[in-house]
Amino acid sequence: MYKSVLFGSVTALALAASGAMAAEGDTLKEVKARGVLNCGVNTGLIGFAAPDANGNWSGFDVAFCKAVAAAVLGDATKVKYVPTTGQTRFTALSSGEVDLLARNSTVTFQRDTDLKLDFIGVNYYDGQGFMVRKDLGVSSAKDLGGATVCIQTGTTTELNLADYFKSNNMEYQPVNIDSNAEGEQQYMAGACDAYTTDASGLAATRASFADPENHIILPEIISKEPLGPAVRHGDNNWGDIARWTLYALVAAEEYGVTSANIDELAKSSQNPEVQRLLGTTDDLGKMLGLDANWALNAIKASGNYGEIFAATIGEQTPIGLARGLNAQWTQGGLMYAMPFR
Amino acid sequence: MVAYPGADNPPFRMSMLIYDRRYRSLTLQAVVFILVMLMASWLINNTLHNLSAMGKTLSFDFLFRRAGYDIPQQLIPYTSDDTHLRATMVGLLNTLLVSILGCIAATVLGVTVGVLRLSSNWLIARLMTIYVEIFRNIPLLLWILVILAIFTEVLPPPNAYRGDNPAAHMMLFDTIAPTNRYTAIPSIGMTNPPGVIALGREGISWAVVAFAVVIVAAWFGRRMLNARAQRIQDATGLRPTTWWINLAMFVLPVLALSWYYGLHLNRPVLKGFNFAGGITLDNSFVVLWLALTLYTGAFIAEIVRAGILAVSKGQSEAASALGLRPQRTMSLVILPQALRVIVPPLISQYLNLTKNSSLAIAVGYMDLRGTLGGTTLNQTGREMECMVLMMGIYLLLSLIISGGMNVFNSSVKLKER
Repeated sequence: MYKSVLFGSVTALALAASGAMAAEGDTLKEVKARGVLNCGVNTGLIGFAAPDANGNWSGFDVAFCKAVAAAVLGDATKVKYVPTTGQTRFTALSSGEVDLLARNSTVTFQRDTDLKLDFIGVNYYDGQGFMVRKDLGVSSAKDLGGATVCIQTGTTTELNLADYFKSNNMEYQPVNIDSNAEGEQQYMAGACDAYTTDASGLAATRASFADPENHIILPEIISKEPLGPAVRHGDNNWGDIARWTLYALVAAEEYGVTSANIDELAKSSQNPEVQRLLGTTDDLGKMLGLDANWALNAIKASGNYGEIFAATIGEQTPIGLARGLNAQWTQGGLMYAMPFR
Repeated sequence: MVAYPGADNPPFRMSMLIYDRRYRSLTLQAVVFILVMLMASWLINNTLHNLSAMGKTLSFDFLFRRAGYDIPQQLIPYTSDDTHLRATMVGLLNTLLVSILGCIAATVLGVTVGVLRLSSNWLIARLMTIYVEIFRNIPLLLWILVILAIFTEVLPPPNAYRGDNPAAHMMLFDTIAPTNRYTAIPSIGMTNPPGVIALGREGISWAVVAFAVVIVAAWFGRRMLNARAQRIQDATGLRPTTWWINLAMFVLPVLALSWYYGLHLNRPVLKGFNFAGGITLDNSFVVLWLALTLYTGAFIAEIVRAGILAVSKGQSEAASALGLRPQRTMSLVILPQALRVIVPPLISQYLNLTKNSSLAIAVGYMDLRGTLGGTTLNQTGREMECMVLMMGIYLLLSLIISGGMNVFNSSVKLKER
């Protein structure tokens, strides 16, 4: 009896063990079965991802989440936004808590390889900058020797900052903060002379101040920060869906497809590329495991890349970012969608 | 013993493992032990399997890669070119610093408040009750954030000290400047510095060694002097006055050494954006230290009060009958006995304080959680390894503290002779 009890418990444990081993996920199937896309976003960065008073999320990254949800599920509202901090974002993705991470994260070699992420492209070409008060009398980052700098821990900006001051032979005193909100508070109280993060983030932060005119963003951009959405390594089909959704948004701007004229173009456009993109001819969606009108839905969700940019962070918004590097390649920018064929 | 023939050596059968009371408990223990081990091995196996399914393997190589980030407060030299391992060491030392200073300050505060709460002075006793109840009943994290907010919002920024008519003035003869980033205090400088003992990249000045030797020697001298005074008191009943010799033994050599090395204070001076020339105590450190001290101090006060109340009233009555003054009654009669009750729960408070110091991340104090479990974890993405290491280190720390305190406990506990 003793033996049978022992063997019985071993068998039971072995069964439990095999059951608990999570099967390598087919993300598309999971999302379709769930009916909701879990999208990892910033905890609150105006312009990129922030909830309003009613808890509705909006922003540049949020618009991408919506586009993917529209492409996959046909409904841009079927998104569950999971706020992630700089510290939790990659764990949230690799543990399966989110299907897609659209949280202004910099594409780096190590994240792509060692962290087993797949960046599906770049949706915003950024660079790290500094914001200081105007009355500090500083006009260049080179004048910041000896300054106290607020910095979010666990971001690439922390490493760029160390490298920048080291290569310019300047001393500085870092003040580590955990979130953008805490950084704002410390910076506003004067607990640091300068606040550093991606220039887009600085513009967004400044836009939320009561006196944005008293703060300047220094001209130096000390790093390349290509921000891109990421998916888990290993699920290539899901990666393709996210990648081509981004290309669809960019291509739509290039071909003049907007949320206003899209339905009409889907019927009447004579441009073969637009016809393929919108699923009028060639069922490209099928190759991704999606409906023929996947890209149509994605573009309809919040408009094409240019529309999203203008509505969330563009020059007409309080954040006021120029297109710059993020203009279409035809306009001298870096936004270049691969051909849809 | 009475021998029952045939009962002492029954032939062993397998069924006896369950039905014989002598073997049953052994059987059950063996079964439970095996089950626990199976559970543990399953957990470990499952973790490793799932990690490898995600394409991650358990590896600690990252500890030897370049860290690349800076740490505001460092007790040993560290630059961004050092390894993650060294960053971890810097973090660990910061944890130790705030824990040790926190334990000391909390004990002093706790004992004082605990004793005062039993004071016959109505006002003082009530004030202490208010302190204890307020700090004990609000979560520590809130205290940390509140104190940080006070430091950041109330204290002036460094450039408030600038100019001919500054908004803020330095305290204590222009030596201390509290700001909303740090408190600048003077550092000690030497005009005739002796050499330095090189220990790797660090070094210890011979002056520190000299001062340590002098102070330790004076401490031994004081013990010998007190022992001699005790002998004289036992023999003659009169205790010779020793306090001024004691004092001189400490003060004179220290003064002589200070004069020899040319010790002086370097005042902090505002240069550029910040104060330079002195020591800057980061607010993150001060805030954390203060919050841990005030919070844990409230608990220790209750432990001390309980310990004192546990000593029977007869003891203090007997002491006053012998003519001991209240102060001496407390220090010679009550507290030594109360210690037996106080020390065991005090150990838990020290352990709590050490573990609570990991809330440092809330104020950006770079302790073990901030370096190994924060930036290193983020930059390398090695969650499992960092967490396992961090848990191991905190466990080891706690075991060392509780081991050390247990030794102290056995020295004060009731000795039955």
